[in-house]
Formats: sequence, C-alpha cells, structure tokens
Amino acid sequence: MSNYIGQSMKRVEDPRFIQGKGRYVANLKLANMAYLAVKRSPYAHAIVKNIDTSAALALDGVLGVYTGQDLLADGVGSLPCGWQVPDIKIPTHYALTVDKVRHVGDRVAIVVAESPYIAADALELIEVEYEPLPVAIGARHASEAGVGRVHDEIANNVSYEWAIGDKEVNNRAFAEADHVIELDLVNQRLIATAMEPRAAVAQWNEFTEEMTLWTTSQNPNLIRVVISAFTLHIPEHKLRLISPDVGGGFGSKIPHYPEEILVPWAARKLGRPVKWVATRSESILSDAQGRDHITKARLAVKADGTVTAMDVETWADNGAYLSLVAPLIPTAFYVTLLSGLYKIPTIYAKSWGMLTNTVWVDAYRGAGRPEAAYVVERLMDLAAAKLGLDPIEFRKKNLIPAAEFPYQTPVALMYDSGNYQGLFAEAERLSNYAQLRQEQAAARANGRLVGVGMAGCIEASGPAPSAVAGALGGVTGFWESGTIRVHPTGKVTVLTGAHSHGQGHDTTFRQIVADQFNISPDDIDISHGDTAVVTNGMGTYGSRSTSVGASALVRSAEKIRDKMKKLAAHLLEADEADMVFDGATGNFHVKGSPDKAKAFGELAFAAYTGHSLPAGMEPGMEEDSYYDPANFTFPNSAHIAQVEVDPQTGNIIIQKYFAVDDVGKVINPMIVRGQVIGGIAQGVGQALWEGAQYDAEGQLVTGSLLDYAMPRADGFPMIETSRTETPSPHNPLGVKGVGEMGTIASTPTIVNAVMDALAPLGITHIDMPLTAAKVYAAIQQASAQGGGD
Amino acid sequence: MKITVTVNGKPYTKDVEPRMLLTDFVREELNLTGTNVGCDTSQCGSCTMHMDGMAVKACTTLAVQADGSSITTIEGLAQNGNLHAMQQAFWDNHGLQCGFCTPGMIMSAAKLIENNPDITEGEVRHGLEGNICRCTGYENIVRSVLAAAAAGGGD
Repeated sequence: MSNYIGQSMKRVEDPRFIQGKGRYVANLKLANMAYLAVKRSPYAHAIVKNIDTSAALALDGVLGVYTGQDLLADGVGSLPCGWQVPDIKIPTHYALTVDKVRHVGDRVAIVVAESPYIAADALELIEVEYEPLPVAIGARHASEAGVGRVHDEIANNVSYEWAIGDKEVNNRAFAEADHVIELDLVNQRLIATAMEPRAAVAQWNEFTEEMTLWTTSQNPNLIRVVISAFTLHIPEHKLRLISPDVGGGFGSKIPHYPEEILVPWAARKLGRPVKWVATRSESILSDAQGRDHITKARLAVKADGTVTAMDVETWADNGAYLSLVAPLIPTAFYVTLLSGLYKIPTIYAKSWGMLTNTVWVDAYRGAGRPEAAYVVERLMDLAAAKLGLDPIEFRKKNLIPAAEFPYQTPVALMYDSGNYQGLFAEAERLSNYAQLRQEQAAARANGRLVGVGMAGCIEASGPAPSAVAGALGGVTGFWESGTIRVHPTGKVTVLTGAHSHGQGHDTTFRQIVADQFNISPDDIDISHGDTAVVTNGMGTYGSRSTSVGASALVRSAEKIRDKMKKLAAHLLEADEADMVFDGATGNFHVKGSPDKAKAFGELAFAAYTGHSLPAGMEPGMEEDSYYDPANFTFPNSAHIAQVEVDPQTGNIIIQKYFAVDDVGKVINPMIVRGQVIGGIAQGVGQALWEGAQYDAEGQLVTGSLLDYAMPRADGFPMIETSRTETPSPHNPLGVKGVGEMGTIASTPTIVNAVMDALAPLGITHIDMPLTAAKVYAAIQQASAQGGGD
Repeated sequence: MKITVTVNGKPYTKDVEPRMLLTDFVREELNLTGTNVGCDTSQCGSCTMHMDGMAVKACTTLAVQADGSSITTIEGLAQNGNLHAMQQAFWDNHGLQCGFCTPGMIMSAAKLIENNPDITEGEVRHGLEGNICRCTGYENIVRSVLAAAAAGGGD
C-alpha cells in the first residue's frame, strides 16, 4: 500500500501560483467594498490624552472614524492569551487602545473610506494628543528602577516565571564538575516577514446575522473560536472564517490580531464589505515578532568529556502584550528542549516572561526550540574547545545511545525514537568531515580564517497531546480533525483542519490518502482553510500537519475500509472475517479468491444507493476522526558548514553546507528537501543578517525591508542534503515533522563555524547577527589585544 | 489623468489619479491580481513586471509613468495556453512554496535569462538579489532558472 508515499510528486497547487492565479486575501474584491486603515502610535509609550477625528470625518469619501471607546461601547472584548502558565499576569489587550499606547505601531483609531488612498489621507487628519511616558526596552532592563510600567497592573513588567529541575541536585553536579563552561548570550529578536503582508476582508449579512471573514491565518478554525468566545462575540455558528492561499506564515500568522476584530466590526457597523491590507511597514510594526531571549547558561563537564549538568536562566521579551501563545515559547517549547541530543543527567532552567514597550512576540519558525538548540550547541562547542576535543567527537561522546529509546530527558520530554549515532555518521560521510578539517588546517597555515561548524539538534514537533498541553498551560487541546468523504462515484473529498501556506498539503495529503485505498491522487481533492467546510481544526504550526493532521486522515481511512469490508462481505454473501483488503488492487475480496471481489467505486455506489446494506449499516460513505497524538515527535538533525571570514571586511562566506535530517518517514522527498533548505536559509538569516533593532526610545529602527536584512539568493551555496529515516513509533505514518528542523539547526551551525574560523584570534563568542561590521570590530579588538598568540 | 497602456497585448485607456501606483492600476483597475505587493520600498520584487522590455518593480512606479508603454504581467507570460519555460521550470524544480513571491520571481528570472541565455549559477544568484523569497532558501529557484535557461527559455 505504498504507491505514492515516498514519491517526489510535483505539486498540484503550483499551476495557479506560477500563472498569477493565487487566491490571496488581498486579491478579493466585493461589490460596494470599503477600505479600512489603522492609525498607529509613533510613540513606544504614551498616554492618549485626546483624539480629534473631526477633520478626518469631514474628508470626502470617509465613511467612519472610530476609536477604542466605540469598540468598548459595543462590548468588544480584550484579545485573550491562550497559554496560561501558573500565576501568569495577563494584561488587557484591546484592539484599539482606550488609555495609552504601549509600542510604536500600537493601534489608536481606524478610518473606513471609499478607497485605500482616501483612507490613508484621512489617517493623516486624525489629531492625537500624546503625553509620552518613560519606556521599558530590553528584557533585562524592564524591571529596573525608573523604567516605564507597560501595564499599570503588572509590577516590574514581569508577566510570568517558569522553572524546571532540581536546583540543589544541579548545584551539586556543578560543584563536582571538572570544568564549568559559562556563556551569556542574546538570541536576538527577529521579524518573521512572510512575503504576503497580513490582510482581512469581512462581509456582514444583516438578515441572517452571519459574518464572513477572510483572513491570512495559519489556523482559521482556532481564530473563529477566539473571536466568538472572547473578542467580537459573534456566535460561532454565525461566523465563517476563510483563509484561502496564505503567502507564508512562519508562526506570525498564528495569533489572533486586532485587525481580525476591527475589519468585521466595521463591516457590521457600516453594512458594507470592508477590506484591510497591511503595508510592509505596517506588518513590521504589527506582526508578532520572534525570539528575543537573553540567557545565562552553564554546562558542567567531567575531565573525560562527559556532560553532567546544565543550568540556564532566560529573560524572554514578550513585547507590550501577551500574544495568543506567547508564554508557551520561553517555557514548555524552550526549557524542555535543553537536553538536545545528549544524555545530561540533570538540568535546571528558569525563564522570566517580560513585558516591554515593543511589538509583541510570539511563535516564529521553531518557536523556543531554536533558542534551546542555540544554547545547547554553543555550550557544546565551548566545552569541546575547553577540553581540547574535536567538537564532533565531544558531541558523539555525549549522544543518547540508540538503545536507550524511548528516552526520558531530565526536562519532562520522552523522546520517541532516534539513531543519533547514525545521524552523525551520515553527516561525517556526507561532509567528508576529516577532509574539511584538513582543508581548514591548510587554509589556516596560509593565514586564512576558515571555520568548520556543526550542530546536532532536536525538535519536539507535532503539538500536542491535549492533556499534556492542558497541564502545561494550554487553554485549548491540540488534536486535529480529518474527514474522508467518498462520493457515490468513488471520487474523494478530504477535509483537514491543518492549513497549507506553502507546505504543499494538497499534494502530500493526496499521496497519503491515495495509498490508503489504492486509488489515483487525481480522484482526491483536499479541502482546508474554510470553517464552513472544515468544521473544526487546530491549524498548522509546530511541524504538526502530517504527524497530527494526516494521522486523523489515516484513522478516517481505516473506518472507511472497515465499512467497505462489511459491505463487501454482505454483497458477496461471505463472512466478514474472510474478507481482505488487497492493497495492490484496492479491492475487497474473499480470502483466497481474488475474483470474488468488490472494487472501491462499486462499494461507494452501493453505500449510497442503500439497496442492499448489512443489518444496521447506515447509507453513505463518510468518516470523521479527531486524532490526539500520544506524544510529540522528535525529528533530529546534524548539520555541518564550512565558512570563511574575510579579515579585511568581516564578511562571511558560506562555502559548504551539509544537512542530514531525520524526520521519520518521508511522504514526498522533494517537498521535504524544500522545507529543509528553506528552513536552513531562515536560520542562516538569524545567524548572519537579521535583527529587529529598537532604539532607547523604543523606535523600531529596522522599520522597512531597506533596514531589516533579509536573506538573499547570493548568500548561499548549493546545500548538500541527506537523511536517515527513523520512524516515529506512535503515529500511523511514522512521520516526525520537517517544517522547522532546518531553521533550528542552521543558526548554531553557522555561528559555530564562524567562531571556529575566528578561534585562532582568541574570539570565542559574538552575539548574532554576525554582521560584517560586528565581526570586523571583534577582529580589530582581538588583534589589538594580541589575542590568540 | 488619462493614460493608455497595453497590458498583455490588450490596450486600455483609463482615467487615473496621478498618485496611483502601477501595482494598483493592474490589480484594481484591470483586475490582474497576479502581481503581488510584498513591500513598498522596491526591496522584495514581488511586484515585478515587464515594461517595454525591462523588468520593473511596479510598487514604486506610478501608473502615469506607464502611459504609452507595453506591459506584460505574470498573467500574460504563458502563450496560447503553453507555460513559459520559466513557469514550467519553477513547477518542475519545486521553485515555489507559498507562491507569493513567485510571479515577481518568474518575471525577473525570465528577463535575466533573456538577457543572458548561458547564465551561470553565480549570475542567477546575483541577478535575483532584488527578489526576496522567505520560503525556499532560493536554491530551488536558482535550479529552476538554470533549468529554464538550459531548456532555451532565454532564446
């Protein structure tokens, strides 16, 4: 039963995209449509003393100008936080502020007008009187005396604290260590920059009181629940969300956004369809940003190179409000990954969730897990250097042995399966590691700064077992729904709560379902992203779509096959126990008599005619499943890179990059490789170029793509990839998830490679991004100090 | 202001505001929404189209600047139902994921190989510096462009 799984089938979604027929929200045009624009704060922290909308209202073509008081009067609720760790303090978060602004880009008022141009003109005519307040900028400074308090009700700007491990046991391990490696690091803030800016269109039907909202979401079903239960209070059965083609997400399209409230609210108010499309600058000022950790880490190591303990303290900057799942990221998605691929007997880690006068922070590709991998893999390199060991040998010495799976880490997670020795062996083979080191030695002898770096990384993907999520603070469960509807003619419609915004589910899910019945993928359509079609779902993030979403489809397929088997037995007048499903033909036949068979299409038709069904069987051939995973899955990777630093400029060239990933069973190798490489580029972006910069007043200096350095095509060599395949034992497909692995691994791989290149100068750590200017300055400083001699 | 523009072989005469951007003109006035807008500063290249034989970024071009010109957008690239070699190559080589940068990427790349049919990997990477993709890491885009060039797409 594996005709299609494992094949690099070309994507069925591509013809529309390559011909300019993508169905993005910004492309929607409805009759009588009005256009919304948002007045945003130029201050990071200020009291809003007065808003004068009169001049804007007087402009020809303006339909309405509204402030926070208008929404409050209509009972519009605060945006909720969906991840509530113990004792968390959750600030109020209105779609339009009613008291003060808390970050540059915070929302003050909206205009609705006959055209986007008029709406933009009207924004300029709104007069807002601000009284600036002291700001809180930077997680480590947010509790200092004299800084602003972001929310009056939250002292010291600390929203939550979260710790895991036994501090005393950990301290003893450090006291007994032969070496203690210490590292202070910054995992800088990033701007997700999906190429499609966020957008929303809403249409209200005053007679049925139904609202339709098209929104650029990774999880429209989830947002529908949130809007209905918390913000706009439109009854869920009267609220339809549609997220058609979405142009990239990377986590930034998970949260519930204020514009998803403002646009439908205005559409209802005015009785006209309303559209809002973010400009890029607006996206930069209002999309949830990523990462932003300040960390103090220590690693305890024995003289023989055995790691014995780790201690990590992290201050996470959550920005001005708590976004939908923000508290998850520096807690359960970060601290629990600190064991990496290694046997570490004891770990203690604590995180502080800080509020500052900056754009809010939420999930960004990897979401906590890259931050963990960066801590672990930087420590491993520093420890290897301290012990005078090759970093790959040091890592191999501490890998969790393949025989010890399932493996219980000291930080709560139970790793499902793995062969980390095999992974590293493949990485050494693929990269010809010994030769890389020889080339490096030769280059160094010539005075060149060539470095080889690596990282071995783990991800907990496929969130999440609902009970575990609930215990850790999740407000909702994290199952996924999957429906298979076999039509009377044998054609198949598949409904999934997962959402594709570049992942290619239309292709891979067809492959999976086709193999369940041995039918052609051409006879299957995948439907997702419309809550009127897919009733319930949790959406796509955390590399969950195949391991959780497709598992639900496999369950539904099993139910369909069971029903077909019963029906076939009945029609063939055979005993059900004697019936078999023939994976090669897709027929159900009597054991030993392949000619006594019923085909898939015949059974579908018979199920709908209902002329002859077994006693008690209902007509029809459609099955639903909700799949709640038994555990996370744990994809893992070993990446190796060779870089060269130009000492004259500090510029870094990536010369070679090798990636070995174990993502469990692979459905479509072409798509998996595409995900890995795309992820690598994104992680390299963090290592070398990207960083959101706020100045002391809280201005976002990197406010456009002129200032925020995105990865470009000329920043990369061709990447060599390979994989090992260790199936996950607890989902029916054996898959593990691939969306984030490349990003998690490439950041520490590149930083380790650059530090290896700079090692002869005595440089051991530079905080990211490793821009040419920063690296050049470090080289100059090291040279002035005679470092490395 | 009244402008006359030929888009994908079809002439249009329209009265537009002087400040209207070319992207808004094709997207809103002509309903050709294949040209995407990914930024407003000419950085991302999602809005790239061909104007009088040049690849231009339409998000920072005024519609009035296009008066009298001949424009090809992504919708006009395929001829008589046959995909352009660059479109085919992007499909064959998994050169896209979310698809949002793709129209601009294809328009830039088509012009690149037209100007340089024997283009090298390095030249492709340099030539696509003005087009940002967040999904693919560029590698499969580069492979697509090289494949299209090898297939004679630039001839």
